Amino acid sequence: MSTETIDLKSQLISDFYDREKALNGEAQSSFHKTKRQAFERFDALGFPTPKHEEWKYSNVKNLIARSYQFEGNHSVTAETIAPYLIPNLTGNILFFINGTYDADLSSIVSPKDELSVMTLREATNTLPDVVAEHFGKADSQNEAFTALNTAFAAEGLFVHVPEGKTVEQPVIIYCINDARKENIGAQPRNLFVVEKNAEVKVTEIFQTLGESHSLTNAVTEIFVGEDARVQYYKVQNDSQQSYHVGTTHVQVKDRGNFYAATVSLNGSFIRNNLNIAIDGEFCEIFMYGLYFPDGKQHIDNHTVADHQKPNSQSNELYKGVLRGKSTGVFNGKIFVREDAQKTNAFQSCKNVVLSREATMNTKPQLEIFADDVKCSHGTTTGQLDDEALFYLRSRGISKPEAMSLLMFAFCEDVISQIKIEAIGDYLEGIITQKLTQA
Amino acid sequence: MLKISNLHASIEGKEILRGINLEVKAGEVHAIMGPNGSGKSTLASVLAGREEYEVTSGEVVFLGKKLLELAPEQRAAEGIFLAFQYPVEIPGVTTINFLKTAVNEIRKYRGEAPLDAAQFLKMVREKAKLVSMNDSLLKRSLNEGFSGGEKKRNEIFQMAVLDPTLAILDETDSGLDIDALRIVAEGVNTLRSPEKATIVVTHYQRLLDYIVPDYVHVLYRGRIVKSGTKELALELEEKGYDWIKAEVEAAHA
Repeated sequence: MSTETIDLKSQLISDFYDREKALNGEAQSSFHKTKRQAFERFDALGFPTPKHEEWKYSNVKNLIARSYQFEGNHSVTAETIAPYLIPNLTGNILFFINGTYDADLSSIVSPKDELSVMTLREATNTLPDVVAEHFGKADSQNEAFTALNTAFAAEGLFVHVPEGKTVEQPVIIYCINDARKENIGAQPRNLFVVEKNAEVKVTEIFQTLGESHSLTNAVTEIFVGEDARVQYYKVQNDSQQSYHVGTTHVQVKDRGNFYAATVSLNGSFIRNNLNIAIDGEFCEIFMYGLYFPDGKQHIDNHTVADHQKPNSQSNELYKGVLRGKSTGVFNGKIFVREDAQKTNAFQSCKNVVLSREATMNTKPQLEIFADDVKCSHGTTTGQLDDEALFYLRSRGISKPEAMSLLMFAFCEDVISQIKIEAIGDYLEGIITQKLTQA
Repeated sequence: MLKISNLHASIEGKEILRGINLEVKAGEVHAIMGPNGSGKSTLASVLAGREEYEVTSGEVVFLGKKLLELAPEQRAAEGIFLAFQYPVEIPGVTTINFLKTAVNEIRKYRGEAPLDAAQFLKMVREKAKLVSMNDSLLKRSLNEGFSGGEKKRNEIFQMAVLDPTLAILDETDSGLDIDALRIVAEGVNTLRSPEKATIVVTHYQRLLDYIVPDYVHVLYRGRIVKSGTKELALELEEKGYDWIKAEVEAAHA
């Protein structure tokens, strides 16, 4: 694909046709048909504008005004990426470079009967039924970015945890964009199928090398089977030239436990969609989020807890610290469908805006069609508590130090939910650094 | 040690302190009493440096320094401690971590080397024992979910750790039952010394049964209208504040 075209949409469309031509028999597969349909939806939808309700506060015009190199070829080596890795973080370490899974750089330590990892293309051959059942659940019908990602999915990852297995070592996925020479476009795609009574911890980490622009359009689908337990962490400490649109679509079956924490500390533009279809009874869902934009950074979190069956509970806590001229968006939807009696759904979003020029937009949305449910939501946006600040200062703690202590405590509420110690330590380190820069 | 001269202070344009004069010497305990709304807590807050209050005139000299020119944290480092009427709950900041930061920031201000973890813990354990503070509270978030008594005891514990030259207790007795009151008072008495001074702000006399003052001042409408010894407190206990109000009204009539 050429990077000279100005119009990103046309560039992507012609690229899709090129890739399709290169396919032989595969063009007739159901996998490709799903992609083809998604492609047509992308073509029809085009990139969203602020007129689109879901994109009201997040304007993608800067993202799509550039061209990007989407080719998978790269010159990244283990040495190149070493400085970007989270210290002391061990487990199954998997790499996407510029949106394509790189098996050579990756290392899988868990036994094969606990965890199987392959590309989506391989999976369509070896486990076609599983892929057919679970691939493409994220909404390609209305979401242009998801449709676009689906259209290009092939070199993404398929991760399978068989029934009854507990994966002891976490699965760590680094999505690295090498923008040292040119603008890079990347569309990582993951499908996790965690079968009945199985357990796994997953982390996705997004980073860009170099000073050129990068556009990541990521989609991750996670199936949480009956009695299965999944922890999912998303860590964004990206470059000042990085744009990120990411959708995580989760389906949870009876008694499934899904636990998510999304931490966005740096990046020029971040839009995270976390959509959870609670398609089972007695499920427990936790969603934590922390965002800490500075300068002109923009961080948008859209979440959906969709209660489709009775007796499940969802708990959500998102927290934001905004400085500089940054903007933040929180849009949290809770659906309680007619059948979903005895649902407990709680949502809270708390923000501290430390600068007059920073803006936070929050929009909680509850749509409840059942009558026997417990739901609550609340959002707060304010400054640091003056009374707390004075209390600390009256004990001899300087104003900057007192602010730091309070901000750290505010963030710690979410960081402490991350149950992989090395990641928690890493994030605490970045937060401390950000706080001392103020 | 502390000399307050003609201190005027207001909040949101409303004058609360209207010319306070008070001198506190080392070794003394002064009680500030008065009816609700007389300005007692405002005086305590202004001395500690609460920024909502605007000092419109007057001067406060503490150990030779102009106190009003200092930030709250500098006042603390110079040796002033305010025990809050309503200690603030701070989720996520443990008492122990908070105190370590406070102690070392104050030491830094005074040009002293920071305490290492072992020295600090040893000191904290000793002080906790002194004021009968339960060790398990130290690891919890500052005041979060503490009972009224625990919060007040935590104030006295912090005072013990920070070892101030001048302690100001703002209605430390409010909301305490008699047992908690006794424990808090014992803590304060343990910390008394000839080099130090205490200002006890209280509405009721009962705390003064345990912390016996050298001087009692009655604050009314932002001024000290009567000063005396501990007998004055007993008189107030017996007769209430109305006779003082009447005296003031008469003098102004």
